[in-house]
Amino acid sequence: MEKLLELKHVALTYQTKTDEVKAVKDLSFTLDQGEFISVIGPSGCGKTTILSLIAGLMKPTHGEIFVAKANAQFGYMLQKDQLFPWRTIEKNIYLPLEIKKKCDAEHKSYALELLQKYGLGEFRKNYPSQLSGGMRQRAALIRTLALNPDILLLDEPFSALDYQTRLSVCDDVYHIIKHEGKSTILVTHDISEAISLADKIIVLSQRPCFVKYIHKIDLGGRTPLERREHPEFGKWFEKLWKELNE
Amino acid sequence: MKKDKTKEFSADHIKYLGKLRKKTALVWALGLGILAAALLLWQLLADTGVFDVFITSSPKRIVVTIADLIKNDNLFYHIGVTLYETVLGFLIAVVLGTFIALLLWWSDVLRRVFEPYLIVLNALPKIALGPIIIVWCGSGSKSIVLMAVLIGLIVTIINMLSGFLATDKDKILLMRSMGATKFQILRKLVIPGTMKTFVSTLKIDVGMAWIGSVMGEYMVSKAGLGYLIVYGGQVFKLDLVMAATVVLCLLATLMYLVVAAVEKILIKN
Repeated sequence: MEKLLELKHVALTYQTKTDEVKAVKDLSFTLDQGEFISVIGPSGCGKTTILSLIAGLMKPTHGEIFVAKANAQFGYMLQKDQLFPWRTIEKNIYLPLEIKKKCDAEHKSYALELLQKYGLGEFRKNYPSQLSGGMRQRAALIRTLALNPDILLLDEPFSALDYQTRLSVCDDVYHIIKHEGKSTILVTHDISEAISLADKIIVLSQRPCFVKYIHKIDLGGRTPLERREHPEFGKWFEKLWKELNE
Repeated sequence: MKKDKTKEFSADHIKYLGKLRKKTALVWALGLGILAAALLLWQLLADTGVFDVFITSSPKRIVVTIADLIKNDNLFYHIGVTLYETVLGFLIAVVLGTFIALLLWWSDVLRRVFEPYLIVLNALPKIALGPIIIVWCGSGSKSIVLMAVLIGLIVTIINMLSGFLATDKDKILLMRSMGATKFQILRKLVIPGTMKTFVSTLKIDVGMAWIGSVMGEYMVSKAGLGYLIVYGGQVFKLDLVMAATVVLCLLATLMYLVVAAVEKILIKN
């Protein structure tokens, strides 16, 4: 597998008025082309910070982050869909194009194609408020994919949805990501979600976080929903649960 | 997902709609009824001599006075003067205030430098600046416009700035992750995201501009509705005071309706 991203002993300390906060102590792992990594850790351990570091929104205090491709594009997806309510779905997915000044016919038609392909074509002229939570999250993913990013960074993208919707959107998102052949890092506190999606799971410690364990997950080429039925699933859950709480 | 208007409604739904319509009709009837009753009572008490019309005037006399003003005293000239001062004061306060709020949003340092000034200026009763304004700007409509601007400006800055600052942090993070510049964040997120605040600020500013212009006319003026009111008070012509006040009410309502129409254009979703 081709290595796409590598973190080498990354550490981050940030300053506040009253304190010096050690958020990340020592992070090393790699992301291969087409791989899906789930990062789990106790709440408040600095999972979101890791994504900000990788996306280049923060500079690490120590260590290095290598990206194999020069000018690699990152696609960042957050907990809530963050669609702009005053824009139609179509205009929402054009937002990254506008920002990168690539709002030409070619890029637009690529984004529109994604919208069509993933079943939101007929809603392109609708406003986000007219869509269900699951559809909105799908629209948010398409916005993330609109610039054809090399690496997807997902920050608990399903946790704002109710349980039923979460399962189906999770399936949905998995299919889209695999279909588009994207490499992905997902941070979550939901162990089942991590197992049902990932090729590799990274378990973090309490803050300041370091990598406690790295596990390869091989439950066959199944969808997230099918994985949840797999006999190994429960064992993994138990194992990870223990590791998180030890 | 638009509703098909030609769709047949069930009997229950039609009943429900009828109920809604009845309620709306009731609200309107009560609202107008209270006004009519108050006017009627006022007129009755004036006619029977319970009220001294010299002090209280009466609806009939107000109507006669307004008709008189139109015929003899050029009411529309006075309306024009006040309207000019109010609208100009309103526009300057809105444009300048929003612009200053933008600058303060942009620069953290500027914001921290000017925050105490804003707080003090907001607390200061602007009417206290009246004498200074008159000495500096003379007794023309310039002073009155300035008064209207001063009253609206600080409120506009404070309102708009807190609107800008309330922009969702996650949306800013999202924009930054896309590589947006600060200017792009401003143009594509912060400004369109504060349209609701902007409209509510406009509504407040309409009121502020009227306060400013009428107060300005109380201080120093040769024409305008505020002038008519003060003049009427000085010569004890309460009919004139009441008539000018009624006209003022109508104009303020009209301007509010204009802002409400602007709201419909600015806020679609």
